[in-house]
Amino acid sequence: METTLGQNLGDTHHEHGPAGGIGRWLFTTNHKDIGTLYLWFSLLMFLTGGTMALLIRAELFQPGLQLVQPDFFNQMTTMHGLIMVFGAVMPAFVGLANWMVPMMVGAPDMALPRMNNWSFWILPFAFAMMISTLFMDGGAPNFGWTFYAPLSTTYAPPSVTFFIFAVHMMGISSIMGAINVIATILNLRAPGMTMMKLPLFVWSWLITAFLLIAVMPVLAGVVTMMLMDIHFGTSFFNAAGGGDPVLFQHVFWFFGHPEVYIMILPAFGIVSEIIPTFARKRLFGYASMVYAISSIAFLSFIVWAHHMFTVGLPLAGELFFMFATMLIAVPTGVKVFNWVATMFRGSMTFETPMLFALAFVVLFTIGGFSGLMLAIAPADFQYHDTYFVVAHFHYVLVPGAIFSIMAATYYWLPKWTGHMLDEKLGKVHFWLSFIGVNITFFPMHFIGLAGMPRRIPDYALQFADFNSVASIGAFIFGLSQLLFVYNVIACIRGGERATDRVWEGAHGLEWTLPSPAPYHSFSQPPVVK
Amino acid sequence: AWQVNLSPGSTAIARDVYDLHMIIFWICVAIGVVVFGVMLWSIIHHRKSRGAEAHHFHENTAVEILWTLIPFGILIAMAVPATATLIKMYDSADAELDIQITGYQWKWRYQYLGHDIDYFSVLSTPREQINNQEAKGEHYLLEVDNPLVLPAGKKVRFLLTANDVIHSWWVPSLAVKKDAIPGFINEAWVIPEEPGIYRGQCTELCGRDHGFMPVVVEVKPQAEFDQWLADAKTAAAEQEAAAEQEWTLEQLMERGEQVYSTACAVCHQANGQGIPGAFPGLAGSPIATGDVGAHIDIVLHGKAGTAMQAFGGQLSAVDLAAVITYERNAWGNDTGDSVSPQQITELNQ
Amino acid sequence: MSTASYYVPPQSRWPILASIALFLLAFGAGNLINALSAGSSTTLGGLLLGLGALLMIGILFGWFSNVVHESMSGMYSEQMDRSFRWGMSWFIFSEVMFFAAFFGTLFYVRNLAVPWLGGEGEKGVSNMLWEGFQAQWPLMTTPDMERFPGPQQIISPWHLPLLNTILLVSSSFTVTIAHKALKTGHRSRIVIWLAATVLLGASFLVFQAYEYVEAYHDLGLTLHAGIYGATFFILTGFHGLHVTLGTLMLIIIWLRVMKGHFSAEHHFGFEAVAWYWHFVDVVWVGLFLFVYIL
Ligand code: HEA
Ligand code: HEA
Ligand code: CUA
Ligand SMILES: [Cu+2]
Repeated sequence: METTLGQNLGDTHHEHGPAGGIGRWLFTTNHKDIGTLYLWFSLLMFLTGGTMALLIRAELFQPGLQLVQPDFFNQMTTMHGLIMVFGAVMPAFVGLANWMVPMMVGAPDMALPRMNNWSFWILPFAFAMMISTLFMDGGAPNFGWTFYAPLSTTYAPPSVTFFIFAVHMMGISSIMGAINVIATILNLRAPGMTMMKLPLFVWSWLITAFLLIAVMPVLAGVVTMMLMDIHFGTSFFNAAGGGDPVLFQHVFWFFGHPEVYIMILPAFGIVSEIIPTFARKRLFGYASMVYAISSIAFLSFIVWAHHMFTVGLPLAGELFFMFATMLIAVPTGVKVFNWVATMFRGSMTFETPMLFALAFVVLFTIGGFSGLMLAIAPADFQYHDTYFVVAHFHYVLVPGAIFSIMAATYYWLPKWTGHMLDEKLGKVHFWLSFIGVNITFFPMHFIGLAGMPRRIPDYALQFADFNSVASIGAFIFGLSQLLFVYNVIACIRGGERATDRVWEGAHGLEWTLPSPAPYHSFSQPPVVK
Repeated sequence: AWQVNLSPGSTAIARDVYDLHMIIFWICVAIGVVVFGVMLWSIIHHRKSRGAEAHHFHENTAVEILWTLIPFGILIAMAVPATATLIKMYDSADAELDIQITGYQWKWRYQYLGHDIDYFSVLSTPREQINNQEAKGEHYLLEVDNPLVLPAGKKVRFLLTANDVIHSWWVPSLAVKKDAIPGFINEAWVIPEEPGIYRGQCTELCGRDHGFMPVVVEVKPQAEFDQWLADAKTAAAEQEAAAEQEWTLEQLMERGEQVYSTACAVCHQANGQGIPGAFPGLAGSPIATGDVGAHIDIVLHGKAGTAMQAFGGQLSAVDLAAVITYERNAWGNDTGDSVSPQQITELNQ
Repeated sequence: MSTASYYVPPQSRWPILASIALFLLAFGAGNLINALSAGSSTTLGGLLLGLGALLMIGILFGWFSNVVHESMSGMYSEQMDRSFRWGMSWFIFSEVMFFAAFFGTLFYVRNLAVPWLGGEGEKGVSNMLWEGFQAQWPLMTTPDMERFPGPQQIISPWHLPLLNTILLVSSSFTVTIAHKALKTGHRSRIVIWLAATVLLGASFLVFQAYEYVEAYHDLGLTLHAGIYGATFFILTGFHGLHVTLGTLMLIIIWLRVMKGHFSAEHHFGFEAVAWYWHFVDVVWVGLFLFVYIL
């Protein structure tokens, strides 16, 4: 019975389309179906987390408590951060990897298709559990997405236990997803596809997957220690027993810093695909791009304490982490220069994906600059835990990670659906997003420098003006995303037929497949010269 | 106000930090101008609609090495002044006054070591302003009942710690931000230059009222500071004397109501009903209507693992007696019990 | 090399069922633990947890039977075999990082946190808050002995732990011998040496359990005993869990060998378990060194 249950569901042949009904999505082993699931899930989470952000911005529109009470505000901040990081950005990238990696390396599917399905389906359950904490006694986690002990241990609401298990589930999902990506890349490449011929999106995901496997278990470790401290009487994060609250932060950020690169390396990969296409010119410095990604990944393991400059690290530690952090600007700079050099003397056109990619380069770099400023420890004493930090990371995450995801969607959607997008609507979406994102997050630099701490529901009067500007921007940016949702749905339902190559300047295996791509990508491995 | 930059700061160190901030800022601007400039140039001139043809170069080792080395050089140029400033900030030796700063949910405690001065500093903005029932004052959310008082021109060392969760003590114009970590002590120091009032806030998420625990520092000229120190000592002595007096139930109730509203009402609520699921109510509760000893014990020593702090070290004997008496007689609890300051002093060792 | 024969499995119910099982496990455990901590009695959590566990065991059994069946009927190419190998290696790497978090914790508290609390090093002023506390390792006297009474005594490395080291290290050899036998086709030898490995693993677990009982009953070495107890139990505890898992896996491949599974060329399932077992062994050597001896 056990053996037949799994087997009789579909036939074992390659040449068949998807099964019908809901079963297609629940039981699928197909990388495209799973990619689609990931992407829809991510969009749903983006809207959920974004709605929370709008609530935050609405409360901060004016000084005084208007809409929510402080404790609920903290829950919103926490859930917004967690949902965006673990629910929106990471699954979106995994979804893109699922869709594109097999097509780009010339494989029939992911290496371990059943596990692939499992990686995805864990997520809705994990997030259902995490979001359900909003309705529990004492409320949802309210200690920030960084959940520092002892606020998250001794002083946490009871729902923290569910939060911990939800994090465990997300970790399991991410690790399995990453293993799958690595196995696919290392083992399923078409003949002739050597490592140094891999598309950069694939390279960036290979390194990202490595980071995931290296740090998600550490996150699991730290939440496990929390669980022990809360329920089983240990004292990891309690000085009374010889532990140290700061230990929590070390372990958390050993995960947390690589985590932020997990959210940007695939973006680098996407942009490195899009810019050459629309500049009609080969990517400048392919090899140095690969080395740069690898160096960034390596450095990401030795910079974690730049989030902890004010915890009172010994001087030597402070200096070490400052220097190491600053170094990251070098390989990142190489990437930025390479993108610019690719555009230089190209033959550029500005379709929607390219617009998002260009905005990415500029706005991500601005976010990188503020990152570099934060890396200067003595200056960070003034910036730390203010809106300057909030401005920094939204610049790298929203016009960084999120824009890259939008760019990727606009870029590859014709390949997925067989239809071209409404280009005009895409451009409107782009310009509204571009303007909205800057109105939202640029003023946060100012409020931060003026001295406004983050994670507060109410603020002193001198911060009021720029806060209302930022709130207005947030609504512009947020509501424009409805155009994106509409555009994607319209493209799935119909539209001008897409050619196989879709974009004039596109190169790579994925463009040799028909649009829409067949259910099983490459049943016969293509030969790469 | 449309302030867009750091304020330059009012101490030598703060000015150093400000200068450092401006240097890195302008370097980033310069790099940005170059990078975005080239990009814009290409976008304008190398577009297909203008008939641009793509060239075919796609690598150049010399250029690539160059643009690895130049940023590296720029970074070293930034690191030098940064390191110098950091080393200065870490040198807390030779301080003339030591003050222990302890973060509590949600107030600061200042202890002048060796001077017998020890008091709490709590937000003094009225609730009505926060709830928009009253116009907001000039220093909305940045005002406290008892500021930290410092002498101008002296090196003062802070020993920071916390009682419950992590807090962070920050005054922007003094360029001091240091986390207060329960069980550990961090050091920081300042030489305030100009007398005046400096305002800041707690900058580490510390729970519900994280946004409502400001830091206010009042810097006084030496002579005034000495006077303040002397006055504060006298006041402390008077407190002690008050604990020896006899207090009537009415007196205790009156004082207790005040103490309750500042120390207890945020959680247990002014009407004694608490917040279901988060903070227990006191009206009719077994603690507030049952055995007096247990009631005193929980107020003095707190309840481990909950937000209930040990108030034994935070409030004076009179205040403790008053607030416990109040809780036992308000909201229909009517036990008629009256707790005396002497009783508290005895138990609170 | 050709990927034409790469086997893409058809639709499968296992993963979604496994997700449900995992959810039941997590949600049940959360409920149970919260109820226990609050001192309230509820059976819901335990019930869900148990249900999830049963379901998960059933699923793993079914899912792996599928895989074994597919493998035995020759559906897997060599390339598929390599995918499994990559998968298992990276999984083990993730386990390494999981333990790294706890080893890092141990080093941090020993070399930094505890000395600072005891008045040594750059943050030695912290000792003001813990008058009379002195840094030492093993930490017999904690900063606050009322809340975290330190252990009265700790476990000597040269009795049970040494014995356990010998057991585990030799089990790594026995499993290797079994592997060699498999490659040369000596089936009866495989059965014997695998059985020996299982026995060694199981006796390790018995001794470990005995050690825990002793720690709790006689030595005052508990989870509540401050940071020494906390690091001791989290490291040895998770290791013990991994030995348990490894032993179960060994038992399964042992049964499979007896059923005639695995050939001299095709036996990835066997090797995966052997790798895992070596990993568990190496972790133990680290534990023996840093937790018990040093
Ligand atoms: C995608 C996510 C992402 C990315 C890519 C980055 C990139 C960087 N981050 Fe950021 N960061 C976050 C997400 C990210 N960060 C988040 C989420 C937080 C807050 C977490 C929390 O507390 O909640 C944070 C916080 C944070 C801090 C802690 C601040 C504080 O709390 O006080 C610091 C401090 O050093 C920092 C530094 C950096 C640096 C140096 C980079 C570098 O990688 C940037 C490198 C890029 C450039 C420098 C631009 C391009 C380079 C050139 C054009 C070359 C020439 C340039 C020079 C020589 C200057 N980040
Ligand atoms: C990738 C990650 C990511 C993304 C995309 C965003 C997106 C946004 N973030 Fe977020 N943010 C974080 C990661 C992210 N953030 C993190 C990690 C923190 C720190 C948390 C912490 O301190 O612990 C944080 C904190 C944070 C704060 C500080 C809170 C505080 O300190 O108290 C603020 C305040 O303005 C903010 C605002 C926004 C806004 C306006 C957006 C906007 O870009 C959002 C735009 C999107 C939408 C608005 C969605 C559109 C929805 C609709 C139109 C509704 C339609 C609804 C349905 C159809 C159901 N964020
Ligand atoms: Cu105290 Cu924030
Ligand atoms: Cu970081």
